[in-house]
Amino acid sequence: MGIYSCIGKTLEEVRDSLYTGRSGIVLDPVRKEMGYRSGLTGYVERPVLKGLLDRRSRIMLPEQGEYAYMATLQALQQAGMDDAYLHEHEVGILYGNDSSAKPVIEATDIMREKKDNMLIGSASVFQTLNSTVTMNLATIFKLKGVNFTISAACASGSHAIGLGYHFIKTGLQDCIITGGAQEINEYSMATFDALSAFSVHESEPQKASRPFDRSRDGLIPSGGGATVILESLESAQKRGATILGEVIGYGFSSNGEHISNPTVSGPVRSLEKALLDAGMNAADIDYINAHATSTPAGDASEAKAIYSVFGDGNVPVSSTKSMTGHECWMAGASEVVYSMLMMQHGFLAPNINFENPDEDSAKLNIVKTTTEKNINVILSNSFGFGGTNSSLVIRKWSK
Amino acid sequence: MKQNEAAIIEKINHFLSEEFEVEKDKITPGGNIKEVLELDSLDYIDLVVVIENNFSFKVKPEDFAGITTFRDFYDYVITRLSTKEPA
Repeated sequence: MGIYSCIGKTLEEVRDSLYTGRSGIVLDPVRKEMGYRSGLTGYVERPVLKGLLDRRSRIMLPEQGEYAYMATLQALQQAGMDDAYLHEHEVGILYGNDSSAKPVIEATDIMREKKDNMLIGSASVFQTLNSTVTMNLATIFKLKGVNFTISAACASGSHAIGLGYHFIKTGLQDCIITGGAQEINEYSMATFDALSAFSVHESEPQKASRPFDRSRDGLIPSGGGATVILESLESAQKRGATILGEVIGYGFSSNGEHISNPTVSGPVRSLEKALLDAGMNAADIDYINAHATSTPAGDASEAKAIYSVFGDGNVPVSSTKSMTGHECWMAGASEVVYSMLMMQHGFLAPNINFENPDEDSAKLNIVKTTTEKNINVILSNSFGFGGTNSSLVIRKWSK
Repeated sequence: MKQNEAAIIEKINHFLSEEFEVEKDKITPGGNIKEVLELDSLDYIDLVVVIENNFSFKVKPEDFAGITTFRDFYDYVITRLSTKEPA
């Protein structure tokens, strides 16, 4: 797996940030100049790709594609898959992405000003399509298997892993690069800001994302790239790969109600399906990585849903969005990486800024401080606009 | 060579080197522009863009049909500039 996020650009950096409860949130003055209601955002440094990729590959990658590329490089390296392996085997890619706002806006500006579309240049079309990440990474890494993008708002990355799991489970593919990417530029989040969905706790950026806390006042947009390589057990064992974990359950549902207002019943069905698919009971889950984004309504609904399924079982719950902000299209994949790092290194990352519960979160076992714990099974929730829900269950690998 | 033409050639070499990431000393009048700049079909679109951005005249992709060497390219640009209608 690989990660490029506001709390670290390598697995080691991210592990340390999770352990120490470090926030990656800043106040961006450019957003305030642009009229954003909230200038809060996760901060991710753009990678320097000159020297890593040729000009043609670089100019076709939008911002989130760069992050996805960096995360995928790490993941392939960790998985022990070099160019020769990718050339000789049918490796696929299923990646979550649901916007490419900046290239679209920049192309539109040229179109309006110049009245000559050729002046948009050759790279723009490959940056603006929603499938930009999969089309670019499949070209760069010369992949030969399944190749498409999953767009499911803030559950995109999670559904990508869920679909990859099914492609492998049904024998259609032996190996798939899955993940999620999210742009973070000042153009990408203006439409979301319009909904007054972001925290305005600008005086203390690192305390602004406070999932489940009763004083929470909105989410904080963030982004980056996260890659999880899925492989059939037979294929992984045949090449002697280090197996980190096993996807054993994927639950999904649609709320079937309002486009942005959350429900309890939709996530409940997703959670129940995931447990059923995994053949597990609620008591078998050692840790829940909540979707909780720090919005008043969303966190309350998820807390009710978790309590409805897990009851008083005391399963530890935390939202790593307290540190990262909401990584949107990427979040479902990055939060699997975060949970896997906790599983690998035997600790629960804290839900920072959780100071006072509300009536719903008071019923959950929210992890307030870093806690050493042997984790065998994690569950990761992701929910998105349109009422799309995804829950993944992953078990630590043991021979 | 007229001084003006030398300046135009210098400008062309500079933006081609920048845009297509090729060392300036690889660009010689007799060199094959497609081979030296490693142009593929998409790159010709970007060539149109850099010419427009630097010299403010429009190029049709088919204009490149008769251009093989950098010398051909310089001549094409110089001719177009000399016949350019005032803005």
